[in-house]
Amino acid sequence: MSDDGGALLEKLRGLVGKPAGAPFRAWDEVNQPMIRHWCDAVGDTNPIYTDPSAAAASVHGQVVAPPTMLQAWTMRGLVPPPSEGGGAQAELMGLLDAAGFTSVVATNCEQEYERYLHLGDDLTAEQVIEDVSPEKKTGLGVGHFVTTRTEFRDQNGELVATMRFRILKFRPPEKTEPKAPRPVPPRNQDNAFFWEGVDRGELLIQRCSACGQLRHPPRPMCPNCQALEWDTVQSSGKGEVFSFIIPHYPQVPFFDYPYVVAVIALEEGTRLISNVIDIDPHAVEVGMPVEVKFVKVHDELTLPLFAPVSA
Amino acid sequence: MTANGSGLAGKAAIVGIGATEFSKDSGRTELRLATEAVKMALDDAGLAPSDVDGMVTFTMDSNDEIEIARSVGIGDLTYFSRIHHGGGAACGTVHSAAMAVATGAAEVVVTYRALNGRSWSRFGAGVQRRQPIPNADGVHYGWLVPFGLLTPAQWVAMFARRYMHAYGATSADFGTVAVADRRHAANNPNAWFYEQPITLEDHQASRWIVEPLHLLDCCQESDGAVAQIVTTVERARDLKQPPVVIAAAAQGAGRDQESMTSYYRDDMTGLPEMGVVARQLWAQSGLKTDDIRTAVLYDHFTPFVLAQLEEFGFCGRGEAKDFIAGGAIEVGGRLPVNTNGGQLGEAYVHGMNGISEGVRQVRGTSVNQVEGDGAVLVTAGTGVPTSGLILTSDN
Repeated sequence: MSDDGGALLEKLRGLVGKPAGAPFRAWDEVNQPMIRHWCDAVGDTNPIYTDPSAAAASVHGQVVAPPTMLQAWTMRGLVPPPSEGGGAQAELMGLLDAAGFTSVVATNCEQEYERYLHLGDDLTAEQVIEDVSPEKKTGLGVGHFVTTRTEFRDQNGELVATMRFRILKFRPPEKTEPKAPRPVPPRNQDNAFFWEGVDRGELLIQRCSACGQLRHPPRPMCPNCQALEWDTVQSSGKGEVFSFIIPHYPQVPFFDYPYVVAVIALEEGTRLISNVIDIDPHAVEVGMPVEVKFVKVHDELTLPLFAPVSA
Repeated sequence: MTANGSGLAGKAAIVGIGATEFSKDSGRTELRLATEAVKMALDDAGLAPSDVDGMVTFTMDSNDEIEIARSVGIGDLTYFSRIHHGGGAACGTVHSAAMAVATGAAEVVVTYRALNGRSWSRFGAGVQRRQPIPNADGVHYGWLVPFGLLTPAQWVAMFARRYMHAYGATSADFGTVAVADRRHAANNPNAWFYEQPITLEDHQASRWIVEPLHLLDCCQESDGAVAQIVTTVERARDLKQPPVVIAAAAQGAGRDQESMTSYYRDDMTGLPEMGVVARQLWAQSGLKTDDIRTAVLYDHFTPFVLAQLEEFGFCGRGEAKDFIAGGAIEVGGRLPVNTNGGQLGEAYVHGMNGISEGVRQVRGTSVNQVEGDGAVLVTAGTGVPTSGLILTSDN
């Protein structure tokens, strides 16, 4: 939970039990044309909804409305009228929007029916805030579940149905570019052995076959004796931090900041550039003993990184 | 090394300088900036475009010499060349031009650099988007980029940390350079940071770019263009301005040199390539450190100003922090450095604006004029193969 999440939840929960808004009276009585359109749209051919004679012969004795059509009677239209204002629902949504939970998705709906609705029934819906959940981590993002309870009453004030409707108000995930992977170093005939060694978990150093001098980074010719022939020796992977830096700006997508780049002096005598890991960047020091760790940073790249030698 | 370029000493002179304004958004193309600076340099020299027969710039410059020649109305060219290695090319362009006029390959050579180093791209952003091509360049960056060693500031910071470790220098010592640069810039109406001096406290409080470098250890990214005109000393004597004689010019690359990341030498605290330049400059000119009145030392990042003072022998290894203390590199001090404000204070035009400041100091027209008639030292990019000049009056 975020630092101020507790205070927010307290405010949100202060609205529980309050009317979501003013009671809403249906624009139209329960009527045959709307029922017919509904049944047509959902493909329901039950004659008790649309055929007066069949309905009269049923246990209902008259045409009834499909129970699941409940919400349709008190819908405010595609473009809702201007809000009457002041309802707890608007206040709740405002608090959540301001806290960054700007996205909404309906998660589930439960309805309980007291009786079938008949032609001519005149409904009024009254909604209250029933519950607000603590901050939850969901697949969509972090958010709060908000449950409202709506009571539907007829022209006599008699309860005909109850609905629980639950939404998730959530913080949309930041639209970040997919985290770019660390670039893969190019390989050619001069340096491929090094990266192939790393792929196998070996830290190799190029060695002149003629004079035995070690060299890194790899080169095609020995600068000491000009021989083109070379082989390799495997480093112990032990060395020390010769110098290091802690980059802050500019930031590139393939690192978490701050991190440590270091020149590592291997005990064999050559140096290489790497990262020092598994330590607070500000605890790194010149001369600190380190040892290699082969880290697969993504599917196509393993790197020889260095961690402090454990005591 | 036995060559020292002694055949070049005193053969050529800088006779014209030109520059656009320095900004963060020039609002015009690099080509237009280049043409403006070249025309201003010609006007300063009292020469016409038709007098030019040679042109030299950086390999990094986007403006082909022939594009500028067409725009400015320069005619036939008998000499054109490009110098590599980023800011290390700066004095190298004048070195090349001086060799051309000394040998007769050309008589009037334009040196120039134009860049929208802030508005078209962020010059300091480094190499994060390098294409992985397995040529030598691609392989070189392949040792750096996967580990997040991406920018010029980071490359230099690695040296700075080792230098601090070896000699006990501190971030405040680096800040001394920034304070001097910004004091000089504050008095230079053409400087981006005109009338904006800083204190050491400002330097220390500025945010980290890459530890151990603060923001105020780093030069600017600038839009602008600078040009100079080089000709023979003989012809220079007939022109509008008093000749600024190239008493010495040299390039240098060191043993086991890399571009910005020479981390594999035994010692990682010096600039051996600048030592190569320094030895040639002293030998060519016959001068020594005491003969230098003022120096323009390449300052993309402050730590390398210290290392340059050591390579030229103004002080011993690791002693630069003591040499620069107490205002020694400010106007009125022992060796005023970067009297234009440097690239921290004036603008980052890849070292070319520093050459023009050297010219002004010899002419006696700097806004921070250093009294006396001693020689002026100018250096180019550090951490890369580089170059330098010693400029004197025509006596």
